[in-house]
Amino acid sequence: MSADIDRSSPMTLTTEQDPRQPGRPPAPPAPAAPADPGQEQTHGRAARLRAALGTLAAHPGLLLAVLYLALILAWTLAPSLFAGTDPLRTDPAASLTPPGADHWFGTDNLGRDLYTRVVHGTRTSLTAALIAVSLSLLAGTVLGVLSGYLGGWVDQTLMRCVEVLIVIPGLLLSLAVVSILGFGVTNVAIAVGISGIPAFARVIRAEVLRIRSSVYFRAAVTSGTRTPVILLRHVLPNASQPVLVLAALEIGGAVLSVSALSFLGYGAAPPAPELGAMVSQGRDYISTAWWLTTFPGLAIALIVLCANRIGRALERTGVR
Amino acid sequence: MRRYVLVRLANGLIVLWAALSLSFLVLHLVPGDPVSIMLRSAGGGDPVGVDRAQADALRAELGLDRPLYAQYADFVSRALTLDFGTSFGTGDEVAAMLGRALPSTLELATASLLLTAVLGVAAALAATLAPWAPLRNAVLSGTVAGISLPSFWTAILLIQVFSFGLGWFPAYGDSDTSRLVLPAIALALPSAGVLAQLLAKGLRMALAEPYVRTARAKGAGRLRTVWTHAFRNASIPALTMLGMMIGNILAGAIITETVFARAGIGRLTADAIADQDFPVIRAIIFLAGALYVVVNLAVDLIYPKVDPRIVLQPA
Repeated sequence: MSADIDRSSPMTLTTEQDPRQPGRPPAPPAPAAPADPGQEQTHGRAARLRAALGTLAAHPGLLLAVLYLALILAWTLAPSLFAGTDPLRTDPAASLTPPGADHWFGTDNLGRDLYTRVVHGTRTSLTAALIAVSLSLLAGTVLGVLSGYLGGWVDQTLMRCVEVLIVIPGLLLSLAVVSILGFGVTNVAIAVGISGIPAFARVIRAEVLRIRSSVYFRAAVTSGTRTPVILLRHVLPNASQPVLVLAALEIGGAVLSVSALSFLGYGAAPPAPELGAMVSQGRDYISTAWWLTTFPGLAIALIVLCANRIGRALERTGVR
Repeated sequence: MRRYVLVRLANGLIVLWAALSLSFLVLHLVPGDPVSIMLRSAGGGDPVGVDRAQADALRAELGLDRPLYAQYADFVSRALTLDFGTSFGTGDEVAAMLGRALPSTLELATASLLLTAVLGVAAALAATLAPWAPLRNAVLSGTVAGISLPSFWTAILLIQVFSFGLGWFPAYGDSDTSRLVLPAIALALPSAGVLAQLLAKGLRMALAEPYVRTARAKGAGRLRTVWTHAFRNASIPALTMLGMMIGNILAGAIITETVFARAGIGRLTADAIADQDFPVIRAIIFLAGALYVVVNLAVDLIYPKVDPRIVLQPA
């Protein structure tokens, strides 16, 4: 669905002059417009890559988001390359140093370097968020395919179960799951993943229903293709795109949820760096050391902003 | 119409019953039984030294030695009368604990819901109608920020700026109205961002519709066109999300009340999670589910008032 604007409308003529607006998805061109990079013939990888690069060049905000997320992925893969010191090393002599040349983001009450802790904390939070989204994606796919493919009472039962998960607000559901599983980053990731299942299950189910009514699906069934082959060759590949878009959009939310649970004290155990937990620890010093809450908070916000920006770009160009 | 309400109500009850059953089952899937949790929290968190006879006595007293189906029947029939048993941690009646915490949260939720509506509508209108493109963009960026910023961090920022910096509002507690301002803002920002984006998108689509052009051609003013023609249609998707948004405000209160040290349902939830106080957690989940079902039913009944083309039909 696009938020396209009919430029012939008298209302929009007066209000919408600049279609390239940062901060929200720019109005995509009308389907017939030949300039849209997403619409170009996508024969071959090279053409698709060129189209993607063109999209990036046309949207500086998106380019920034991609670059920042690339940096964060690099932090996650090799934190010691970007922050040489140990995030747990204390230095009581340098405690609560304000941001400066020695300590870019300052130090905390134990003299630990905040920049190092943010790098490692980002790694923890992002990894947990990725685990959470993978779990939602996998479980949601299984539920959605079963529901949409089998139909009947299976569909009814599964969708009722999914509805139960929707009725409970996401954060409350994750908290309840954490109270059962116990505390810790992995359990927080699982809990956040579980609360993300309904969205994926519903999207997959809708896709499967759409595919079931297609000609190629009926052709495959009629020609005697076995069910697993139908699922793997016809259903899953065709259902994958909207699901991957949803996954991209969910990463931002998962980072928020993971850090919120850690902030409340159910995630990483104290010495280990995690962004939400760091904000929580910095709370005791908000009147004296603003940097302790500001930098980890900002780090969370930037990840979420970038992930959402990229997710929405995928949503615009990807789904057909 | 009456049939529709009844069907929906029955549906809602089934979902609630399922949520209730799930929460019952979940307690019995937990590694470690409730009795040892209770004795542990009674003994100051020390798991050793739990007397076996004492544990058995407590188990019998709570009815945990009875067969599962009997416990289940008992649990459901009690829940129907809003009797959720006693807290593992304090031994108080769960219903009474919720009753004590409810006013504070109700006050906070009402204030932030109002703020959400005002901010969301204002931002949506500004984002679509402001005569100056940079302003429209700034407002839209603001809505994105509202969604992306972690609410626990914005709450701390608000305290830093408005309590410690400017000294306008007290930072903590819930004893008077001035203490309501900052938490209400912190809680309202994310949902206001969602509402503004939904409304702005709806408005942009509605303004492109032929009926808007017709209204303008017949001489209706800009404001009138937006308010009576476009806004009504734009509000339908936002209305659909109302149940979810109220649920999110309730869940967000867990964080907000912790940061601002308010003794409400959210704080109760955070404490219950930390202590594995399952009767309290179950009651809160049930409450949240019931709220969602009721709000969604109310929204369904409002639809035809907003858009007369919508006819309610039992699925």
